[in-house]
Amino acid sequence: MTLNEKDATVAQEGKPARKDGAQSRNAIDFAIRFGFIGLLVGLVIFFSLAADGFSSPRSAVFIFQSVAITGILALGVTFTLVVGGFDLSIGSVATSSMMLSAYVMVVLEQSAFVAIVACLVMGAVIGFINGVLIVKTKVPDLLATLGMMFLLVGLQRIPTEGRSIATGMTLPDGSTANGTFSPFFLQMGRHRFDLVLDNLLPISVVFLLVIGVLVWVFLELTRHGRLMYAIGSNERAASLTGTNVNAYKIVAYMFSGVLASVGGMLLAARLGRGDIASGTNLLLDAVAAALIGFAVLGAAKPNAFGTAMGALFVGILLQGLTMMNAPYYTQDFVKGAVLVVALVFTFSLSGRKAGGH
Amino acid sequence: MHEAACRIDRVEKAFGDNRVLKDITLDLPAGTVTVLMGANGAGKSTLVKILSGVHSKDSGTIRLSGSEFRPETPADAIRAGIVTVHQNINDGVIPDLDVASNLMIDRLAENSYGFLLKRSKLFKAAEDIARRMDLPVNVRRPVSDYSIADRQLIAIARALSHDPKLLILDEPTSSLSASEAERLFSYIERMRAEGVAVLYISHRMSDIRRIADRIVSMRDGEISGVFEGESLDYEGAVNAMLGHRMTDVGIVVPEQGKAVAELKDIRLIPTAKSFSLTLRENEIVVVTGLLGSGKTALAQALFGLHPVHAGSIRLDGQEFRPKSPGEAVARGVFMSPKDRANNAVIRDFDITRNMTVPFLRRYAGLSFVNRGAERAKAREMIDALSIVCQSERDDISTLSGGNQQKVMLARWLAQRCRLLVLDEPFQGVDIRARRDIGHKIRETAGNRATLVMVAELDEALEIADRIIVFSEHAVVAEFRNENVNPNDILTAVAGFAAANQTVQAA
Repeated sequence: MTLNEKDATVAQEGKPARKDGAQSRNAIDFAIRFGFIGLLVGLVIFFSLAADGFSSPRSAVFIFQSVAITGILALGVTFTLVVGGFDLSIGSVATSSMMLSAYVMVVLEQSAFVAIVACLVMGAVIGFINGVLIVKTKVPDLLATLGMMFLLVGLQRIPTEGRSIATGMTLPDGSTANGTFSPFFLQMGRHRFDLVLDNLLPISVVFLLVIGVLVWVFLELTRHGRLMYAIGSNERAASLTGTNVNAYKIVAYMFSGVLASVGGMLLAARLGRGDIASGTNLLLDAVAAALIGFAVLGAAKPNAFGTAMGALFVGILLQGLTMMNAPYYTQDFVKGAVLVVALVFTFSLSGRKAGGH
Repeated sequence: MHEAACRIDRVEKAFGDNRVLKDITLDLPAGTVTVLMGANGAGKSTLVKILSGVHSKDSGTIRLSGSEFRPETPADAIRAGIVTVHQNINDGVIPDLDVASNLMIDRLAENSYGFLLKRSKLFKAAEDIARRMDLPVNVRRPVSDYSIADRQLIAIARALSHDPKLLILDEPTSSLSASEAERLFSYIERMRAEGVAVLYISHRMSDIRRIADRIVSMRDGEISGVFEGESLDYEGAVNAMLGHRMTDVGIVVPEQGKAVAELKDIRLIPTAKSFSLTLRENEIVVVTGLLGSGKTALAQALFGLHPVHAGSIRLDGQEFRPKSPGEAVARGVFMSPKDRANNAVIRDFDITRNMTVPFLRRYAGLSFVNRGAERAKAREMIDALSIVCQSERDDISTLSGGNQQKVMLARWLAQRCRLLVLDEPFQGVDIRARRDIGHKIRETAGNRATLVMVAELDEALEIADRIIVFSEHAVVAEFRNENVNPNDILTAVAGFAAANQTVQAA
């Protein structure tokens, strides 16, 4: 990948000051670039030795599955980080999408296709509103998306008066909801492909991989991705080269909204109901993955590969700890600790100014 | 003249290899307004920061009323009697707090004040200060209720409540109207009468004529001239500030091509006079003028950053009214902005990527960037501009200022355009890079019109075919750069500014 190529040349060409200084400088460069990957590999080896059954295809797939939805949301928030913004509403967009898809199929008795289109449109519209609030009305990104988060958390409860949506539930007007989740829709969360072993690869993991590759291609290889990075690094300079900064920022928030709604649909398909209590951890986990991604390969900036690695890192850690019988309530503590260490990697050691917050 | 309130003796200051102040020796007499002039980077703000305790000097001494003055922090300087009012008014006041808190805020910051806020005492003390200073304000109202001028006066009143020996005002009138400025001047006159030494930093000739007892010009970290006496030599002061070591570059004004941009009856801002200007192919027009004369406003108007107030622009005969930089670029009008660190350099990008930002489309098929093609172009531009670097993939931040500026220029030279506007292309650039950039601009000028904004006369003389003097957002003089007498230009730069301002103030 180009990130490390570029950094490699910089490292080689680092001013040849004094020899020992240059050497320690190179050592630090090396630590910054490969520290996190090294940690990841170390973690896998450790758990393979310490936890029975960790190093099996099934366990690997389970890890992927556990991070699939978070990872998709994290790829969305990566877009907003790239343009120097932030999207706090992704978690509630995802849960709103979950509730909406359930509402469309169970209450309105529509097809899976209608539900999917409705969710994608909702994600895009929310992203658009976020973007307009930020670039036109100049509300700071954190505040605009925080407001949107609250708004959506409330909104998704109104149609059902705060209840979860499942077939046979009683509606506010006293009637019973007779619709069902379409089998096709449920397949999105439950189908598994055969790969080496029967029923190995869940569809959500395929979604994650495909979306991850697409986002990486967009951000790294296309001129639109390049211009988004330019905006994140120096917005004023980017606008003075003729770049339509506002349009790119709005598009970044729309991508974020759409990807969050995809995550929400996968969640609905997995649960088979619109569960009002699910998805509370999505926001923090996704943001953590994207921020951990800053540290991968010393990028010191938001990037798709890093985000995917960040999500994977958290997944491996939690799966390993679970298999070693660590209690569930230590999970958030571990995630927080990893995030703090990653941020120190990024901001303190690398000395390069990172974009975003 | 009074005794020196402040005596600066052989003060030096360097940031890394960059010697910002070289052997500065200067007396600031009590009861005298000393105006300090200097172009950007001349070292005047560094001098002010040393006096106000923000920076420490490397060597030399400063004496305040005879005793040595060695501030460690801004608070030390204030306690010793050196009070500074900064250019940006909102650095000086806190708009959401009431006037009383603003007037007393540095007292509140002292440890001796105690833990609890004593409101009635606070208001009483503030009212005392306001009365003593003739400040027509209600100390209980928030500062945000008052005009910019009042805020400026509040900041100054707070400064004066410390009974300063030396009052430093950094461009205090830059956001004031003529009548508001007049109020400020009468304050300054009272301070002068009370025996305070005033150091007044400004570029506005009208201010300087109004208030200066003596003028000190700075240039390249040195005092380049001290002017005092019955009638002050304003032109001499401007000359000493801008300077022109006649560098013989042998400009031969070439045959000009057809008109590219025709500006007709343009008024940049509502209060400005109108002007017309025609820019032709194969001609380099330099706009010069003091800070705030509207050079940048002209550049920005041509690049679609804000509309002109009145008048019309035609580009190759077609009406040209860009609403965004994107539209200007599409029509073939390119602009390289001043202050490259904030407005041009994309720090996270390497040289190649910095160069190709505006024209990525040209290196992209189906939106996918062809990295080979953009690197090839970058290598070509690196050779053409003799940019000193290891490769086209070096981080932009590893380059020196001059080479960074060359990359910014290469960004716009990489494609053909109709009109190239360069706002301060020599800012923060060493002499060698300045020559390279100047040559390149002249060499490539054939098929386009070129408009360059510079404040330093030297730079104008080095590259211009025609020199336009700007003042108060309008053209006030025009010179063909052949056997031109630099003093005539200086007269225009200094003189018209003052004349126009007086007219306006009246």
